[in-house]
Amino acid sequence: MGRPKGRSDLRVLVVARRLRLWLATTALAVSGCGGPFPQSTLQPRSDFARATDVLFTDIFWWATGVFLVVETLLVVALIRFRHREGRAAPKPTHGHTLLEIAWTLAPAAILVFVAVPTVRTIFTTSGDAPADALKVDVIGHQWWWEFRYRELGLVTANELHVPLGRAVQLSITSADVIHSFWAPPLGGKRDAIPGHVNRIAFRATDVGDYAGQCAEFCGASHANMRLRVVVESDSGFGRWATVQLAGPAAPAPGTLAERGKAVYSRSACIGCHTIQGVSPGVIGPNLTHVGSRTTIASGLFPNDSAHLAGWIADAPALKPGSLMMRMKPPLTDSDIAALVAYLESLK
Amino acid sequence: MSDTRGLASWLTTTDHKRIGLLYFWTALGFFLIGGIEALVIRAQLAQPDGHIVSAETYNQLFTMHGTTMIFLALMPLGASFFNYIMPLQIGARDVAFPRLNAFSYWVFLFGGLLLNASWFAGPLFHAGMLNVAPNGGWFGYANLTERQYSPGPNIDFWVLGLQVLGISSLAAGFNFIVTILNMRAPGMKMMRLPVFTWMTLVTQFLIVTAFPVITVGLAFLTFDRFFGTHFYVREAGATPILWQHLFWLFGHPEVYILILPAMGVVSDVLPTFSRKPLFGYTVVVYSGVLIGLMSWGVWSHHMFAVGLGPIADSVFAGTTMLIAIPTGVKIFNWIGTLWGGDIRGTTALLFAVGFIAMFIIGGLSGVSHASPPADLQQTDTYYVVAHIHYVFFGGTIFGLFAGIYYWWPKMTGRLLSESLGKWHFWLQFVGMNLAFFPMHFIGLLGMPRRVYTYSPDLGVGTLNLVSTIGAFLIALSILLFLVNLLRSRTHGQPAPNDPWGGATLEWSVSSPPPVYNFSVIPTVTSRLPRWTTEHHGPMRDPPAMPPAPIHVPGGSWWPLVAALGLPVMALALLTHTLWVAFVGLALLIVGIYCWAFEPFEV
Repeated sequence: MGRPKGRSDLRVLVVARRLRLWLATTALAVSGCGGPFPQSTLQPRSDFARATDVLFTDIFWWATGVFLVVETLLVVALIRFRHREGRAAPKPTHGHTLLEIAWTLAPAAILVFVAVPTVRTIFTTSGDAPADALKVDVIGHQWWWEFRYRELGLVTANELHVPLGRAVQLSITSADVIHSFWAPPLGGKRDAIPGHVNRIAFRATDVGDYAGQCAEFCGASHANMRLRVVVESDSGFGRWATVQLAGPAAPAPGTLAERGKAVYSRSACIGCHTIQGVSPGVIGPNLTHVGSRTTIASGLFPNDSAHLAGWIADAPALKPGSLMMRMKPPLTDSDIAALVAYLESLK
Repeated sequence: MSDTRGLASWLTTTDHKRIGLLYFWTALGFFLIGGIEALVIRAQLAQPDGHIVSAETYNQLFTMHGTTMIFLALMPLGASFFNYIMPLQIGARDVAFPRLNAFSYWVFLFGGLLLNASWFAGPLFHAGMLNVAPNGGWFGYANLTERQYSPGPNIDFWVLGLQVLGISSLAAGFNFIVTILNMRAPGMKMMRLPVFTWMTLVTQFLIVTAFPVITVGLAFLTFDRFFGTHFYVREAGATPILWQHLFWLFGHPEVYILILPAMGVVSDVLPTFSRKPLFGYTVVVYSGVLIGLMSWGVWSHHMFAVGLGPIADSVFAGTTMLIAIPTGVKIFNWIGTLWGGDIRGTTALLFAVGFIAMFIIGGLSGVSHASPPADLQQTDTYYVVAHIHYVFFGGTIFGLFAGIYYWWPKMTGRLLSESLGKWHFWLQFVGMNLAFFPMHFIGLLGMPRRVYTYSPDLGVGTLNLVSTIGAFLIALSILLFLVNLLRSRTHGQPAPNDPWGGATLEWSVSSPPPVYNFSVIPTVTSRLPRWTTEHHGPMRDPPAMPPAPIHVPGGSWWPLVAALGLPVMALALLTHTLWVAFVGLALLIVGIYCWAFEPFEV
């Protein structure tokens, strides 16, 4: 992807990158956080994201040029022609045809330089992928993400794993209202629309752990519908997939986890969640390997005992509107502890 | 007119000037409410993981902030000038249909009250206060707004409130079109109209063509929610995308409905204070008309992330970029007006120049999301929040404030304090840039809009804090503005007919003008009737006393009665009570019937 560039074009780009690096650093200093920006659109980590970023950089410089010209003219006019005592009455000019033509054509010409690369990039980023691309179905739910790897027969939630350098095609849809899948370092967003499939394709260029979140307002916990994309080497991805494809871990007899499995099997959990061979629910995220994920509640909390326990006890208190209701009658603390042990064992 | 004082005289008034004042104060009230909502939003976002308000409250706040500012503050502030100033600019004694004008105002007021009543209506629906205000965003995307996903009365308030407000805008739109086309003074040819009146006309055409589209969209949604139809229900084979097309087919012309009046104000203010005619009048007028026409062909640029396909995306990218051309032409002509002038730095001029300086930023960021691939990273992020606020705040609000400082003496007979005005301008200028400029970075760094909270990991905490500080600076500037308004009532210098040396007809009569506006209808011989140009001298202002008695339309209760029928009918739907609907219908019919058969002379 991307477009061929001439030498001068490249030089401009290098300058542009430097300035943008400076902008990003300034923003970094201003924000005082010191860490990286995991959701930044300015640090592209895929061919898709790079193509949109190059285009935005082009437009940014044209816009900056126009901005400087117009504001300079404005300020010069205000200073030079400010009222002074004794100034003769201004000449009542009504217009100037040549000037009108000039300042109609000038923006039109600039727009050509924006429109041509725009259309080119629209077609190169339209979601087509080579036949050997890794195909993943992305399904938005209020308020979490389901990922289905079609060829692998693998289902997971909220944490998308993809191999470095291989084309990935996401087929995005929704199970309820409209959401929008967005992992900025890997590219632009696409809406997840019920009854409609949208595609985006990208090839990740850097190993890493990237953040994203739903970008279309989708109700109470829209802000809490986050996701992670883990880009790993081919072998790392293979290992992850092998683990995910295996059946769930069976807790050893007599352990707390085994009691947890019993609690799980007699509680409402089974109505909504799948644990392969244990329960077939499809309303909530698949939990077969929930212990291998780093976060829970759609990227909201770290996956540790305390947060899991709090989540099981009262999800809506932690995530407004959460469809995972408080259990009636409530689970006892020891039941919850057992459940947590069981879920954590599902690596 | 039987009475000129007292509450009844205001409730029954059909005088375009009084109605203009009613619009002004009502819109200002809603502007303050929308502003307070914005401050709570900014307080919540001042730091990551904020918890000043809950998710549910926040979603109501941003929905009502957008809805209030667009439909209840900016549009009616424009309408206040359409009402007060436009008839004066064309040399008319009133609008074409004075009672319809009163009806428009009352419907607007009731629609606004209906929407805002939702904040307190919780107990009626067995919910707490602050629980049933609209919460689906000002854009109300189906299918989230369907009954299945939004079961409460929140969206009902929104749908019905907007439907009522649409009636107000449509009635006013037809009224102003007829007025401008038919009530111009002798010699006031179309190409002699002040640009503010021209932009009023274009705006009204956009209103009467765009509002029917949202009316249909809202009717479908109402039927879905109340009567179980399936216009946007995926399970029944429909697509919620239909709503987006209808909404933005209205929504993009709506953007120009909000910006064109401000462009008109700027085109009137700059010549007055540069002591120079508008540069390229004809081009400015035609650019405005062209912008209005083109606004119909760009709606899908709000939907690039929807996945309409590369062909549609390319076409809408192209049409959207084209709109930058007439907009740029206007800006160059405004600078051409200032160039070579004798510029008086009044507060009104500062706001008009501020409009140009800020609107250009909104326009340029607009070009970046006219490009679909770039937009895929920017849409639904704070980058777009920055963009719309440079357009609506830096643009529309600065333009309307220029209009307020310019026409306030005409409307009230008192001058505003220039020194307070300048404090207001500079505080607002600094405040808005602090509030909205960082949002570009916040968005590019990955923060979506319409989120009640965000993770500290995003690294945008400090930028958000700066933005919040800016928002409170804006609030301070608005306080100064209010002080200035109220102070002018007691301490303001009495305004002469023409405090600024204006070229247009409104400056030829007293401030405020008499009820009949012009003692003698002026005959217009030029585009700048009150100025000396190379071709003619200034017109003679109409005499202070009319040579013969002048008939003006009397007051009437019936527009108010008819208007009252609409919120009552909305109440019937809200509470699912059939008989209330008949009460509302009766009010409407009785109101219209008595209005139609009211004796001509009162």
